[in-house]
Amino acid sequence: MPGARKATSPQLATGSVSLLIGTRKGAFILGADRTRRTWKLSAPMFLGHIVHHLMLDPRDRRTMLMAASTGHLGPTIFCSTDLGKTWKEAKTPPAFPKTPEAQNGRVVDHVFWLTPGHPIEPGLWYAGTSPQGLFRSNDGGVTWKPFSYINDDPQYREWMGTVQDGTPDGPKLHSILIDPRDPRHLYFAMSGGGVHESVDGGRTFAPMINGLETVEGFDAANVTFHDPHCVRLCPTNPDRLYQQNHCGIYRMDRAEGRWIRIGKNMPKKVGDIGFPMVLHPRDADTAWVFPMDGSTVWPRVSPGGKPAAYVTRNGGKAWTRQDKGFPRANAWWTVKRQAMTADVHEPVGLYLGTTSGEVWASRTGGTNWTCLARHLPEIYSVEAAEL
Amino acid sequence: MTVHIPGALRSYTKQKSEVAAEGQTLTEVVSALNCRYPGLRFRIITEQDTIRPHIRIFVNEEQVRDLSVALQPDDQIQIICALSGG
Repeated sequence: MPGARKATSPQLATGSVSLLIGTRKGAFILGADRTRRTWKLSAPMFLGHIVHHLMLDPRDRRTMLMAASTGHLGPTIFCSTDLGKTWKEAKTPPAFPKTPEAQNGRVVDHVFWLTPGHPIEPGLWYAGTSPQGLFRSNDGGVTWKPFSYINDDPQYREWMGTVQDGTPDGPKLHSILIDPRDPRHLYFAMSGGGVHESVDGGRTFAPMINGLETVEGFDAANVTFHDPHCVRLCPTNPDRLYQQNHCGIYRMDRAEGRWIRIGKNMPKKVGDIGFPMVLHPRDADTAWVFPMDGSTVWPRVSPGGKPAAYVTRNGGKAWTRQDKGFPRANAWWTVKRQAMTADVHEPVGLYLGTTSGEVWASRTGGTNWTCLARHLPEIYSVEAAEL
Repeated sequence: MTVHIPGALRSYTKQKSEVAAEGQTLTEVVSALNCRYPGLRFRIITEQDTIRPHIRIFVNEEQVRDLSVALQPDDQIQIICALSGG
């Protein structure tokens, strides 16, 4: 595990923030002025397409990749090199290898997750798909190939399970993380199928589930039964990871090598179930979650219809409710795993998109929330880009 | 032969609703279309060479599920997006 070198702190941003929004019916860009007070919504891009993720390449601040499909057509990736003004489709989108007998081969249903590569590897991108597959592009998203051995490895295929074992919208490979100190140090997570790490550039991966809990009655030693929803790596301390899991909120300090369920310190009435996990860009002790109702049949709405973020400022020892500005009642929405993010300004701006098509923001690290946009389609992802 | 293109795929065919294509089989016709309109094939045919779940292909008004079906030069091919979604 790389750990001897300290990561460089992300530069404090002073420019304008744009939110890249993926929805069930297309993509949007919500752009702010430098004060983050005035926002302007773009026209829809690829209206009608299901956009799971829209990402800016932070290495050139011009390239954008969009993971898209439609109700009828197969999955693809669109690429822009002019900040979304024009788009070209990937020549070879992520696809599993053709097998001799078609019935046994897997088919990419949708591209779910996009991660730009390490800063010293321009043009390199990773993608995670549903069903679980890991792919890489070396040319800015134009051509994609399966990456590493995991897509076809019998052990990994067993841990991935079948589509029947996955989440209602299909099992997913997500949270592809790159150690800012070392491009060969990688993580990814699978819903379901656990968290995995490589220290050799993807030549080998190993599960990292020590300390994670599973649904009652299932063997926690079995990787198959683990369902990480969102894993994040601290930019200023890459040896610290946070995770929102199907079974709680966790933190891992790599020296300890064990996930600690910091969600046990959440209020009992709220619980520690949810999808997103957001980290402070400069403080490894500060993180946000957005709890949802994970009781009975998993309503996947804000507990009691009262949405709120929760923040910890001490690595999960204590959590503070942040609901000022949100509806006080009867708000039956929640936030998906890619739909909450932070910028790198001071104070940190937080942004989230709801399943009911609203975009909310806080310019003050979550202490006050304002609705920036309403009536969008169901929001799947929100990324804060410094343009 | 003539291939009828659904609205969802006309961004590939420069908005043409009908295009001409040649081939001995449906596989060859779709490959020929993909050469002329890159990307079109993968939107309707999976990497395992199966027709995607919500896509239907008709040859002379008969639904075809096997891409190896033999074709005649005057066949009419329709690519249809099945009714689905919300």
